[in-house]
Amino acid sequence: MKIKSKTNSPAQTDGTLKKVFSRPESMRDVAMHYCSGCGHGIVHRLICEVIDELGIRERTIGVAPVGCAVLAYDYWDFDTTEAAHGRAPAVATGIKRLLPDRIVFTYQGDGDLAAIGTAEIIHAANRGENITVIFVNNGVYGMTGGQMAPTTLLGQKTATTPWGREVSRDGFPLKISELLSLLPAVVYIERTTVNKAKNILITKGAIKRAFQNQIENKGFSLIEILSPCPTYWHMSPLEAGQWIDAEMVKHYPLGIIKSNC
Amino acid sequence: MDNKDKILMCGNEAIGEGAVQAGCQFYAGYPITPQNELTAYMAKRMYEEKRIFIQSESELSAINMVFGASLVGARAMTTSSSPGISLKQEGISYLVGCELPAVIVNIMRGGPGLGNIAPSQADYFQATRGGGHGDYKTIVLAPSSVQEAFDLTMLAFDLADSYRNPVIVLGDGFLGQMMEPITKVQSVKCKVRNYSKDWILTGCKGRKPRMIRSLFLGEGELEEHNLKLQEKFNRIKNREGRFETFYLEDAEFILVAFGTVSRICKAAVSKLRDSGKKVGLIRPITLWPFPEEIIKETAKRLKGILVVEMNAGQMFEDVRLVVEGNCPVFFYGRMGGGVPTEEEIEHKLISLAV
Ligand SMILES: Cc1ncc(C[n+]2csc(CCOP(=O)(O)OP(=O)(O)O)c2C)c(N)n1
Ligand code: SF4
Repeated sequence: MKIKSKTNSPAQTDGTLKKVFSRPESMRDVAMHYCSGCGHGIVHRLICEVIDELGIRERTIGVAPVGCAVLAYDYWDFDTTEAAHGRAPAVATGIKRLLPDRIVFTYQGDGDLAAIGTAEIIHAANRGENITVIFVNNGVYGMTGGQMAPTTLLGQKTATTPWGREVSRDGFPLKISELLSLLPAVVYIERTTVNKAKNILITKGAIKRAFQNQIENKGFSLIEILSPCPTYWHMSPLEAGQWIDAEMVKHYPLGIIKSNC
Repeated sequence: MDNKDKILMCGNEAIGEGAVQAGCQFYAGYPITPQNELTAYMAKRMYEEKRIFIQSESELSAINMVFGASLVGARAMTTSSSPGISLKQEGISYLVGCELPAVIVNIMRGGPGLGNIAPSQADYFQATRGGGHGDYKTIVLAPSSVQEAFDLTMLAFDLADSYRNPVIVLGDGFLGQMMEPITKVQSVKCKVRNYSKDWILTGCKGRKPRMIRSLFLGEGELEEHNLKLQEKFNRIKNREGRFETFYLEDAEFILVAFGTVSRICKAAVSKLRDSGKKVGLIRPITLWPFPEEIIKETAKRLKGILVVEMNAGQMFEDVRLVVEGNCPVFFYGRMGGGVPTEEEIEHKLISLAV
């Protein structure tokens, strides 16, 4: 990072170091269990930064998924609950309907949201629940050993598509965000990625907007984040980042998919 | 009591009214016969009371909405019938694992599979053995009249909160559909108590963040959690068993039956008493905890016990377990919507040389 002004310099006149970058208050000071190069840790942090910046830590309730991020509540320092695999939008519905002035978000993988939890996400969106959904699309089931997800690309090799995903047997990669954007009660959907600094900043902006929408009672917002899973893409973290640009975005174009707010 | 204090309702509606009066703040459900009057009743009453009603997209969703409602401290209920209750089992297991109170009503119909919509008691095992995955129990209340459906639903909310555990109200299609006059307020044996819930999620304002979870990955953590749950189940078992007896004192042979069937059994007992037969009845009101003591003690002086159910003999197994061979235990049952008649029960008793 470029240091622009004297006051931003870590070295102060009295010789002590000034803190210019720190852990968000919403994030616990513990080591994460994610593989190196995994996107989950980055997304966790972005959520925490946004919550801090919006000053909503004390009224936020997070709903963690079943998937690699199942332990998200060990990393977030605000109220959190678990939800059964895929059911986070139903759990969030129960919470938000009773506590409409709290900020409720779900954090879900592509297996959680786009396979087993398809009904819950569609109907929460269709009811226009005023919640925020953080949808981490890494194209595989990380937690269970890299099986095919509904979002796995055609030809992509996984534990359950050892010769690559094939349409006649496995169907097409599911564009759940585009599907959800058809629902009139959905106010905001954006697809981003976290494979490089610029995209991380864009993702943060999108997450912030999705929370802001909820604060302003606008309704259902979802951010789909293309997220590297180097382990089950069988790539290095660097290759995984490049693969998102080269392959993943072809099927899952980045940008705002719907904005009614 | 004045007749104007009475109101004519079906069992499904009485459960709904019991829930409303117990302070149920959140209801989610999905239509299924024979409990549809209940979902419709809640839709109307929750709106009137400015509380939350959601017709969910499935039973899975309903139980998980209830999970969300419970973890913020609300009294919450979902209702269904057999196939729908099967779908709720994962959620019920999570509720227990996270120690969340909730009331789940099963108005049983014939199975397996889609079965039919006629009354049945075939979900006894599912309800009393936990039903979902893992080592757990839920309190199971089995009303046998419309009045009791109302009373026990109120009790269910209280027990759920006091033990932080889901409670099942287990009725059958007969009870759900049958209309009887009930007293809505005066007869309530259970006061709506207020529980201070210092574990709920509300946002961490002025306190440390909390988490609700059933996941324990640390060495020995899950075993410890299970031991704590088992300790709670033992406490429930020692305190919450409920039953009714009928002509028990001098009985030489008794019937054991629950729910709707117990009423038919009572009629059979009365008739046989008229002809001088020393028969009686024990009716478990809680199916879990099972009223073990009374059955066990009575069995020691009996010639025999006949268990009557609308299934292939499920509670029958529990009776045999607690009787421990102290007297013979027989079974008579009907399945798939068949309802034992008074005459069938009498014949069975007579064939057993009562
Ligand atoms: C009902 C149920 N079915 C299956 C599982 C096993 N399971 C755990 S996580 C998971 C998939 C997770 O994949 P995803 O949502 O894409 O998240 P990721 O691990 O990739 O972050 C599965 C199938 C489960 N826990 N519960
Ligand atoms: S398996 Fe994939 S998604 Fe899971 S932690 Fe590792 S890199 Fe991340």
